[in-house]
Amino acid sequence: MATEPTAGETTGLVFHPMDQFVIKPLFGDGAVGIFTVTNLTLWMAVAVLAVIGLLVIGSSSRQSIPTRVQSIAELCYGFIRKMVEDVAGRDALPYFPYIMTIFMFVLMANFVGLLPGAFTTTSHIGVTAVLALLVFVSVTVIGFVKHGAGFLGLFWISAAPLPLRPILALIEVISYFVRPVSHSIRLAGNMMAGHAVIKVFAAFAPMIIISTGIGLAVTPLSILAISAIFALEVLVAFIQAYVFTILTCVYLKDALHPAH
Amino acid sequence: MEGDIATMGAYIGAGLASVGMGGAAVGVGNVVGNFLAGALPNPSAAAGQTATMFIGIAFAEALGIFSFLVALLLMFAV
Repeated sequence: MATEPTAGETTGLVFHPMDQFVIKPLFGDGAVGIFTVTNLTLWMAVAVLAVIGLLVIGSSSRQSIPTRVQSIAELCYGFIRKMVEDVAGRDALPYFPYIMTIFMFVLMANFVGLLPGAFTTTSHIGVTAVLALLVFVSVTVIGFVKHGAGFLGLFWISAAPLPLRPILALIEVISYFVRPVSHSIRLAGNMMAGHAVIKVFAAFAPMIIISTGIGLAVTPLSILAISAIFALEVLVAFIQAYVFTILTCVYLKDALHPAH
Repeated sequence: MEGDIATMGAYIGAGLASVGMGGAAVGVGNVVGNFLAGALPNPSAAAGQTATMFIGIAFAEALGIFSFLVALLLMFAV
């Protein structure tokens, strides 16, 4: 690039693929503080409004032959309720509203973030870390409230031979505290990586303006790639919301039934 | 040429971190492949185990995401 500075400039990316994740104030150009209204605030609000809209409109006119919105709302409810029952057991059903809230928010934030020009709130580790830490803290509190010191039996694997148990206990404690890290990074990393890939191909799409010869094939190929990866990202947006929720259920099950 | 040897090392490290992607690919492929190998002889029992498969995928994939995180840290944080 140093020997051909002009060629490097013309064939380089039009914009940086990570530019889409910059948090900007919505009004003015001031510094971003705790209470600044940013694009992240806006798109979180859009996601919450989408959830409220879907569930309120879906449940407002309860008919025996459901409308389309009512079907989707019932589908979401039944899907999550079955998941909680299957994975965490029937005694986890009191915590179903919280799990449903998490699923709907993450799902809608992922889907809303896929709109062209939108900002993906779940691609920020700050957002997902709060969600994961809330799950971690509440699950730990539930475990101690329900079982007292017996909750520590989660780390003491009685099925293992006695000399191994302290070592296993150490590993279990470490893996317990790594949970919120992997829980949050999985969602944020998947969202960020997928959107960055879309933007990398999007930066190659205008090549038809500047290139000649074989370079002309880049534009149709990259538009094809964007479409394909966008379709994959719609799937990933759902699967990651599903995985986030199902892991919440698994952690909740550990808190409700700590004995190995 | 611009930049120093530390920047060069960071870029090389970020590139090397993408090797972790291959590991995640092997892991996820292993999980799903074994799931299908077990599910196809007995499809009626498979539906109840898809949740377990997704949990397995999530754990295998998380480590690949960690290598992506290492690359990001090298590119933007170091």
